[in-house]
Amino acid sequence: MKPPRIDAWGSAQLLASALLGAFLLLPVVGLFATLSWNDFLGGLRDPLLLPALRLSLVTTSSSLALVVVLGSLFAWRVARNPGRVSRWLEAIAQLPAVIPPAVAGVGLLLAFGRRGLLGAWLDRHGLALAFTTPAVVLAEAFVSAPFFVQAAIAAFRRVDENLLVVARTLGASRFRTFLRVGLPLAAPGLVAGAAMSWARAVGEFGATLLFAGNLTGRTQTLPLAVYTAMESDLRAAQALSLILVAIAFAFLFVLRRMAAGAALPGTEPRGA
Amino acid sequence: MLEIAVARRIGRIDLRIELSLDREAVLVAGPNGAGKSTLLRLLLGVLSPDSGRIALDGTVLFDAAAGIDLAAEDRELGYLPQDYALFPHLDVIGNAVFGLARMRRADRLRHASGWLERLGVGHLSQRSPAALSGGERQRVALARALARNPRALLLDEPFASLDPVARRELRISMRGWLREWRLPALIVSHDPADAVLADRIAVVEHGRVVQQGTLDELRQAAASGFVSAFAAGPAGDPDPVILR
Repeated sequence: MKPPRIDAWGSAQLLASALLGAFLLLPVVGLFATLSWNDFLGGLRDPLLLPALRLSLVTTSSSLALVVVLGSLFAWRVARNPGRVSRWLEAIAQLPAVIPPAVAGVGLLLAFGRRGLLGAWLDRHGLALAFTTPAVVLAEAFVSAPFFVQAAIAAFRRVDENLLVVARTLGASRFRTFLRVGLPLAAPGLVAGAAMSWARAVGEFGATLLFAGNLTGRTQTLPLAVYTAMESDLRAAQALSLILVAIAFAFLFVLRRMAAGAALPGTEPRGA
Repeated sequence: MLEIAVARRIGRIDLRIELSLDREAVLVAGPNGAGKSTLLRLLLGVLSPDSGRIALDGTVLFDAAAGIDLAAEDRELGYLPQDYALFPHLDVIGNAVFGLARMRRADRLRHASGWLERLGVGHLSQRSPAALSGGERQRVALARALARNPRALLLDEPFASLDPVARRELRISMRGWLREWRLPALIVSHDPADAVLADRIAVVEHGRVVQQGTLDELRQAAASGFVSAFAAGPAGDPDPVILR
């Protein structure tokens, strides 16, 4: 058997893959490898942990619900009504993905803060948003919406128009057609989008810090708790980080299983 | 009786069609881009005419002057699209009961199974559409449409996605069914062999009906190059490829 030929191009690919792979993996390994079991258990007892964990779960499930419900209708409209308005809507939905999170925080403050565009009016009606738990939800929804909306638009576009027309001729209203045909056929793409969007929301830091602050039990989510713990105790920060990583992995695993279960032959190529 | 008089401008097509169907099958033939699919979409109610009127057995489906535009789900039309459009996430029986939402739950299954049986696909109830042959798909899609007791049938290239053997077989079955049901049936096709299904042929070119009649009548006095090529097409079989 001939040994595989080694040329410059092949070696370059190999080297680049090894370098980038190691670079991406090393910090994750560092999180796990440098912490003793006792340090981890000590970190778990950190008083910051439980309130932050609870707050992260509550706020990210709220922002996910908000993004999925509004985003699904938004994406359906954009996908099924191609035209100028839809192109604008699609561009608007992409906007938060390219705005740096800290800038998003400033923007949210200027929009919903006490003196903000809408915030001043809300404030006069006794609704102060900034530096409250709902502000955390808004910040998370803002930064995570593009991930779901993009995936949902792509998934809805793949639904065969003919199926929708047939559903209408079979007596289904436009809403029932969406519910009985559009949603189930787009489900794998929607679940994948929801997973990406949720992962982004859980990690949200910059916009939350600026718009909602860092108040234990009210606006201090897990990433902010990690930041706070870093100032006093690296071990505690590391334990909190590990929990964050574990939750994210578990959730993504469950979602991927759900997506695989919902996938149908002929509706979406596997691994797309 | 299906009465059509519609106009619609869309893209390069300027459609002006007047056509009426009694309880008969009419084949709408024409070259690609003549406006056949647009006509179907106007009839189905997923595209609105700019002007005109569509009526079915005295019920107005669309009337621009009177401001009537019945929703697609209320038009009571049976539609068989070219690829049959079976819902891939539902099994055969799930497809067949889809249109029976208004029927009492207990009656739905019985009624839908009855239609599947009549079209010879009753034994496939639990199958997924992906596991069916082209001919079986067509039968299931027909059963699904007919289970709702439609007042007219719209068939879009009913045999185009079948292999030649299935095509010949189903064309014969379809002819029998159309004779049996006696519904106004509009069949869009550019295959002259499909003429055996129809009582009459209407040729559409550039958005207009340029000629109507039986295949013999078209052959004797063809109004255009397309008509003469179409009418000269193989009477019956084998499948013509010249007009594709």
